[in-house]
Amino acid sequence: MADHPVIQVRALDNRFGSHIVHEKLDLDLYPREILGVVGGSGTGKSVLLRSIVGLNPPSGGHITVFGEDLTELSATERSRYEQRFGVLFQGGALFTSLNLEQNIALPLIEHARLSRAEAEELARMKLALTGLPPEAAKKYPAELSGGMVKRAALARALALDPEILFLDEPTAGLDPIGAAAFDELIVTLRNALGLTVFLVTHDLDTLYTTCDRVAVLSQRKVLVADTLEKVAQTDDRWIQDYFHGPRGRAAIAAHNRLTEQEPG
Amino acid sequence: MANEPGLSQPLGAHTPGNAELGGHTLKFSGDWILAHYSALDRQATALKARAAGCNPDFSGLGRLDTAGASLMVKLLGSDALISALERAELPNEQRALIQAVSEAMNQPSAEVATVNPVVAFLAETGKKVTSLGQLIWLLAGFIGQTLGTLFYILPRPNRWRWTPFVAALHDTGLNALPIVALLTFLVGAVVAFLGATVLEDFGATIYTVDLVAFSFLREFGVLLAAILLAGRTASAFTAQIGAMKVNEELDAIRTLGLNPVELLVVPRVLAMMFSLPILTFIGMISGMVGGAMVCALALDIPPSQFIAIVERDIALKHFLVGLGKAPVFAFLIAVIGCLEGFKVAGSAQSVGEHTTSSVVQSIFMVILLDSVAALFFMEMGW
Repeated sequence: MADHPVIQVRALDNRFGSHIVHEKLDLDLYPREILGVVGGSGTGKSVLLRSIVGLNPPSGGHITVFGEDLTELSATERSRYEQRFGVLFQGGALFTSLNLEQNIALPLIEHARLSRAEAEELARMKLALTGLPPEAAKKYPAELSGGMVKRAALARALALDPEILFLDEPTAGLDPIGAAAFDELIVTLRNALGLTVFLVTHDLDTLYTTCDRVAVLSQRKVLVADTLEKVAQTDDRWIQDYFHGPRGRAAIAAHNRLTEQEPG
Repeated sequence: MANEPGLSQPLGAHTPGNAELGGHTLKFSGDWILAHYSALDRQATALKARAAGCNPDFSGLGRLDTAGASLMVKLLGSDALISALERAELPNEQRALIQAVSEAMNQPSAEVATVNPVVAFLAETGKKVTSLGQLIWLLAGFIGQTLGTLFYILPRPNRWRWTPFVAALHDTGLNALPIVALLTFLVGAVVAFLGATVLEDFGATIYTVDLVAFSFLREFGVLLAAILLAGRTASAFTAQIGAMKVNEELDAIRTLGLNPVELLVVPRVLAMMFSLPILTFIGMISGMVGGAMVCALALDIPPSQFIAIVERDIALKHFLVGLGKAPVFAFLIAVIGCLEGFKVAGSAQSVGEHTTSSVVQSIFMVILLDSVAALFFMEMGW
């Protein structure tokens, strides 16, 4: 595995008026890893994601993606790099006026210049890949349950075969069984498609089952980014409360039970 | 890991994929990726009939993504491809990718029912007719509900909601005042010009005054104000309430034991019923001012004479007939706007559809009612 990071965030500043969200924030994302980003509410997890994908121009600092500083590229060059991103928004953000098949075919038609029939065929494959039944392809987002919307949104994020997948709280609002299935799906797809995943989450179970590394946002910067065991041992009040509070202990216990059940 | 998409590799530098049939082996080479999808798809379609039962050879394969893998599945069938994978020499990532795509595509495809176009047309017509009936039914029900709530609240001053009422009054009345005044002024001038042109042939230009005064007091003042408010306010009501519906705020109001009609509809309806008569009055005045200006500039009828003729010829009943229609129109516009908001169904597109529908419906109702009223007043001799 190449050890050159695909995304390098250096000295990132983000402020809205007098409110400072990030100050001198550094973060690396390595190829084929799942990086979990955690932090209390209002620590700027989503703002960091939006800064990296270019929705929220940072107030200062550099974000290097695939070795290029995106802020210095022209709009067309930027767009070519951005096609290597896939983003799953918190609410799904599926286009309500299109059915699922059309939602996923849209970027394929626009960017890969496929015909509508080809694009829709590929779209149905992507939907199947995320575990949706074939009849879902003709449904509209309003007709779907929360879990199906998340899966369809993931299928759209995967439409252009991105190299980096950004997930903003993918399991929020899902029932525990659906959330566990979604965690599994993310790992499966990462292994099968060789994705690099940037995962913003609150869900401790997701952290334990999917993430290779965890970055903790606190005090306007990344407090620590390392494997889960090392992060959990960091001497910080918030981290200790987060990982060793009642929910954290339950997640660890569940994780240990799971790993014991799987021999080898 | 020779096939890993290298990070240093520039975008666009790859060899197009190719499939070659030699004897009993199907040799894949080059990059099987989305960028070459159309070309690969044509090749796959051409080879498909002969490729069945062949052994795939992946030794020359470059990069692979889900699009390319789906074409391989299309060529060989998912079962054949999965069984061939076990023998194939492939990097683990690509093996896992092909496996995942094969399994995903190995599902029965959904049956699409075909419908006779004549039957579809009839069904569509039936749907439209029933939905029109339903629309009228719903509107009647909603008017009843609003009136019921209104009469329940009226004798209970502690349930009067002043803040939303004043806010709606400000928005529908005061903010609409300049545009209503300007438009009626212009239309008043236009009517005076028209009258002047036509009446000149009879040497009766002095009756331009009566024309402007009659038309604005009886019809144009209230009609123009009502149409403007239908476009301006009915749409705003629909969008406001519709957005609340999308955001589940209406459900929240209900679960808190509150009545959305009392909270949202009644203040808006009352504010409209207050502001439209005021706007109508403003409309009448400024329309007549527009007429008077044209009379003064083009017909040499000074404003003092204009007022004198209006005082002499125009009875008070014409003013009352015009003003009396305003609260009725206001009630209908507000109720239609609110009802369409309640009908919004959880999507951005639905908000747009119902906003359009509320404007069309309220303008239609205003004009329809106005023509019925004109007929009625004429027969009554008012």
